[in-house]
Amino acid sequence: MSTVIKVENLGKQYRLGQVGTGTIATDVNRWWHKVRGKEDPYLKIGEVNDRTKKGETDLVWALKDINFEVKQGEVLGIIGKNGAGKSTLLKILSRVTAPTIGDIKVKGRIASLLEVGTGFHPELSGRDNIFLNGAILGMTKDEIKSKFDEIVAFSGVERYIDTPVKRYSSGMYVRLAFAVAAHLDPEILIVDEVLAVGDAEFQKKCLGKMKDVSGQGRTVLFVSHNMVAVKELCSIAFFLKNGCIGGIGKTNEIINNYLSNSFTNVIERVWDIDNAPGTENIKLTKAKMIPNVENVTDIVTINTPLLFEFEFINYLDELAITIAIDLSSLSGIDVFTSAPTTVKKLMRGIYVTTCSIPGELLNDGGYSVSIQIIKDGIEMIHRETDALVFEINDTIRPSGYTGKWPGTVRPRLNWTMNLLDRRV
Amino acid sequence: MDKENLLQTANNEHWDLVIKPKNKWYDIDLMAVWRYRDLLMLLVRRDFVSVYKQTILGPLWFFIQPIITSLTFTLIFGGIAKISTDGMPGILFYMAGITLWTYFADCLNKTSSTFIANAGVFGKVYFPRLIMPLSVLVSNLIKLGIQVAIFISIWIYFLATSNVIHPQWQYMWLLPVLVFMMAGLGLGFGILISSLTTKYRDLTFLVGFGVQLLMYGSSVIIPVSSITNEKLKMMMLLNPLTSIIESFKFIFLGSGYYSVAWLLYGLVFMLFIVALSVLIFNKVEKSFMDTV
Repeated sequence: MSTVIKVENLGKQYRLGQVGTGTIATDVNRWWHKVRGKEDPYLKIGEVNDRTKKGETDLVWALKDINFEVKQGEVLGIIGKNGAGKSTLLKILSRVTAPTIGDIKVKGRIASLLEVGTGFHPELSGRDNIFLNGAILGMTKDEIKSKFDEIVAFSGVERYIDTPVKRYSSGMYVRLAFAVAAHLDPEILIVDEVLAVGDAEFQKKCLGKMKDVSGQGRTVLFVSHNMVAVKELCSIAFFLKNGCIGGIGKTNEIINNYLSNSFTNVIERVWDIDNAPGTENIKLTKAKMIPNVENVTDIVTINTPLLFEFEFINYLDELAITIAIDLSSLSGIDVFTSAPTTVKKLMRGIYVTTCSIPGELLNDGGYSVSIQIIKDGIEMIHRETDALVFEINDTIRPSGYTGKWPGTVRPRLNWTMNLLDRRV
Repeated sequence: MDKENLLQTANNEHWDLVIKPKNKWYDIDLMAVWRYRDLLMLLVRRDFVSVYKQTILGPLWFFIQPIITSLTFTLIFGGIAKISTDGMPGILFYMAGITLWTYFADCLNKTSSTFIANAGVFGKVYFPRLIMPLSVLVSNLIKLGIQVAIFISIWIYFLATSNVIHPQWQYMWLLPVLVFMMAGLGLGFGILISSLTTKYRDLTFLVGFGVQLLMYGSSVIIPVSSITNEKLKMMMLLNPLTSIIESFKFIFLGSGYYSVAWLLYGLVFMLFIVALSVLIFNKVEKSFMDTV
């Protein structure tokens, strides 16, 4: 099989902060070096893109030293946390923006779906928008015409096809948009995870369509932070970490590698005032998970009740602040969000708030907790992403079955069984 | 195979597309623009269909706009300020000027925001960016057609009822050339401004009133013949729009400053500005998303 995409030494540098009078000095300096035939002085500096640390310059490498090849018919998964450089890589591959250094060579027609419904005009009918969107994605009018009926059937909005799309429900809108995208015929398809939209039934349809595409010998690049989807679709994968490739190989190995690489249990965080997350008036100072176990050395299992404790400082009087959490599995699935049901006005001071998750609710595996600071019970003013990360272990089950129990949660539910009649 | 040979085969491999940090300045893919011609026509259709959606008068607005403007000009410049109309009926004189001028101004205004206005679409999908401003030229051509039709009906009325106008029939073939020149100038200046404003937007503030001011220096209202100061006249003629609008008036009305030399100057000027602006546009389109 031949190589259809070859990426060599790719790098992308971004400038942080705002464009204004301050940036013109850099531009002039850059230009002056270029006029004299010298190398751009700013390419040498710039830092690894770790957004959690404060940098020394305002130039960062969103991507650096990216090298990989994709062979025809392969489905490549690209995983990584938010801000790892996935979207930047996609943008460069789809020619939305140019790399700072390095190059990409491509064989065959390439189409990218970073968004569905790009260029949809609310005033136009579904029919007109199919043509417009199809043409923006690179199809000719004749191609769209020949697939028109298929697209309409796939979207399931036949009845509304001559109604302006601004009258559509958001679900219908997305269906129509995806239907157009799904009928593209490029040799190489680049797909962003934002496509995982719509209801469950439609998602299944989309994943099925993507499987079809790869089954026809076409090459697919799929970007996601949902491990389940990547596992389902991709044969090979790599993960990005702070703009660099962390490992490339078989999907399963890479995912395991990624999970163990990226996550270590963090069950207690303490911030000093200067670095405390939050806003000017509310600062989070401590987050802690306390498992309810007999000995401190006991491992946390699916039966262990968990207590979460958060400390924060409130600098203002009469502020209605609550802390909420959202829990997600390390494979990227949102499990739940929870917030206190009552909102009280707080006076200035240091507060501690707790929340408990009962045992026999979560499944085994890794979870992360993000902390939200909520004002007036509605407005999220800060979210500390993945503040705590912990692992829950399985127990020995009475049934003896030891395989992975499917599901994101594993609640104990009440089951009954009664004899109705002895005579059969 | 030794190492050198391997290297050679690698170099000889054919790639359909190479994504590099920067293009050579002359690296313009006009074939790609041609491949996307369907998109261009669909964008024109979108503009036309969506402009007057949910208005009662609909496309009638295409007619009302130029008529009201011409009437206002006739009243203010002809009636109150008493500026010369070369002996022509005011309404006809102003409408002749406005028709082509509006085309230029519309093209310029709309193409000058190409990058900023389309950042949403440009940020998500690639297609030759030149398609967007080109579609604006074609969209506005429809509007121009309608306005020319209004102009011609009024012109026919005056032609039939009076004998002040003297059409130059032998020059009628020049009309498409004039429109072409206007389109080129509108596109050229428009995408030039668009390219220069992706990072520093200062220029955008100039466009709004700059276009307004330019109208007074393009003989839409003040004919070249009424200017006696030689220096001023020269300055006015250096503006390529002047000879285009004057020629248009000359062809239809028989009064106006018609000079082959100045028209040729305008044509060269137009080709130059189009070439320059397309080169700069091509350079900017590669990574404008980072700074827009």
